[in-house]
Amino acid sequence: MSPGENAHWEQIARDPDFRALLLDKAKFVAPATAFFLVYYFALPVLVGYAPRLMETRVLGEVNVAYLFALSQFFMAWIVAGFYVRAALRWDREALRVLEKFGKH
Amino acid sequence: MHTLLFAQAKAPGHVALWMFLAFVAATLVVTWWSARRSSGASAYFAAGRRITGWQNGLAIGGDYMSAASFLGIAGMIAFSGYDGFLYSVGFLVAYLTVLLIVAEPLRNIGKFTMADVLAFRMSPRPVRAMASLSTLTVSTFYMIAQMVGAGALVKLLLPGVSYEVAVIGVGVLMIIYVVFGGMLATTWVQIIKAVLLMSGSLLLSILVMSHFGFSFAKFFDAIAHVTYHKDGALVTQNFLQPGLKFGAAVTHGWGPLDVISLGLALVFGTAGLPHILVRFYTVPDARTARSSVVWAMIIIGLFYIMTTFLGFGAATILTPEHIVVGGKPNDNMAAPLLAEALGGELLFAFISAVAFATILAVVAGLTISASTSFAHDFWTNVIHHTREHRPDEEVLVARVTAFVVGAISIFLAIKLQTINVAFLVGLAFAVAASANLPVIVLSIFWKRFNTAGAVAGLAVGLVSSIALIVVSPSVMGTDAKALIQGVPLFPLKNPGLVSIPLGFLAAILGALLTREEPKAEAKFTEFQVRGNTGLGAEKASAH
Repeated sequence: MSPGENAHWEQIARDPDFRALLLDKAKFVAPATAFFLVYYFALPVLVGYAPRLMETRVLGEVNVAYLFALSQFFMAWIVAGFYVRAALRWDREALRVLEKFGKH
Repeated sequence: MHTLLFAQAKAPGHVALWMFLAFVAATLVVTWWSARRSSGASAYFAAGRRITGWQNGLAIGGDYMSAASFLGIAGMIAFSGYDGFLYSVGFLVAYLTVLLIVAEPLRNIGKFTMADVLAFRMSPRPVRAMASLSTLTVSTFYMIAQMVGAGALVKLLLPGVSYEVAVIGVGVLMIIYVVFGGMLATTWVQIIKAVLLMSGSLLLSILVMSHFGFSFAKFFDAIAHVTYHKDGALVTQNFLQPGLKFGAAVTHGWGPLDVISLGLALVFGTAGLPHILVRFYTVPDARTARSSVVWAMIIIGLFYIMTTFLGFGAATILTPEHIVVGGKPNDNMAAPLLAEALGGELLFAFISAVAFATILAVVAGLTISASTSFAHDFWTNVIHHTREHRPDEEVLVARVTAFVVGAISIFLAIKLQTINVAFLVGLAFAVAASANLPVIVLSIFWKRFNTAGAVAGLAVGLVSSIALIVVSPSVMGTDAKALIQGVPLFPLKNPGLVSIPLGFLAAILGALLTREEPKAEAKFTEFQVRGNTGLGAEKASAH
């Protein structure tokens, strides 16, 4: 790697629009990851350590345990949907950075 | 003669055989078509990077949903109710890690393998050597599980075909797909399989609901009151009740912790499975990699929701006492026997053929990712310092490796035919989560990360997950079936709870205790720019 080449990457990396893009991504990805991990691990923790609560019937025979497990599928799809919506914005921001440096 | 043929054709095994042969014929045509179309490394290893988002989504599903999911989870729910469904949940939620953290940077930075991403900032040779070792380990464990499963399944479904013939047949087919058709053929085998698996599961689910007059109330009422003979006594059990398999009462108190440990391995392991990661190199850009994860999540999610109907359907309509083969309970047969009860021998045959297709697509994906890693990471980059001596040498090496991988797998599957395979898949996920994922994540996010940290993380994650499994109740025990006699030294069947933190810790300490690496830190800037903008990413081939 030549020093010139690295300077070129440094230049883009220091660009305020690029910094804003990284910050924007971190602001979504960090809390979203924390949220889905907590939501997911709540299931085995509650099933393992609060079985009485999870056996509570809600709808006919359907209990909290089953509904909570089923809700995980919708949670995953919804988080993925929010991610895709945010990512479309990031695509535009990244394109703007590349255009500024004549890379597109 | 005529009556003899007729009598044979009436046996359910024969209808299954014909359906299986039809699938094999279709996949061989696809392989022939792929072999004619493609030449060059990017065509062979990455299908020319021209697979579309929905195609790759289906292929990821086909690569991922193994026979262990289709037959194993349905069986677990049929015998243990709700606890089996816990598995289903983890297999989908795991894709959020893939989507949010791994897929796009991987596509933007790498070329053919997971190690491309790790070697980008670090000294390539030690990192690639370790990553290749870890890839081959994960693929081998996963492969043996699939092949032994295939052999056992065929023995049950086609009584005329022996275990050895089944394993050799599966092995030869996967070798043909990968050696001649490369990634393009593998992709289409996986797509066809995903469509078959989804159709088969949907059909069974609809038939289960029609059995209950399409009333969810009736269905769940039946699940809550499953009446069957257990150990000679007539019992009524609520199959929606958690804890029948993993509850503290039935597992000496360790069950709940084991389920959490398993969840960790699934949620962090999927994003470290080499055969899933290579799929992101087959699409034109990071945006398509993203859309392919979304397609995969729709397909995989719908499939695992349907395990409710397959598993609880078998529990209620058949009841566990009737899921038997040769007088013994057999949880792998829940889905095929449910199909027989609801749709006769034709549906039994179709579901059996779907199970074969499922195994073939997964083993083809494993073979190509293992041989790509050996050829690209080990042969070209570790041994030959990135220089190819002849054009297309890397592809040739990969084809030879695929052949060798296939032959070794056939040999091991025949040697290990009595092994309990359930823990092998868990082990593959545990190694992927403990060795691969920590190093991938730290490479993406941590500037100070260096070569020593990457090698330490890979090595400790790999060794600790294998060592913990060897001394766990999956391998050690005091009954005659145990591989090693003795009281297990580690109480959990799933090592993730301990080995994943160890993998992270070793990677972080390895980096902090060794000197800073100016090159790895300087390259971090380039990594961030490329990873987040796609600048300089590998392009799709013109044709």
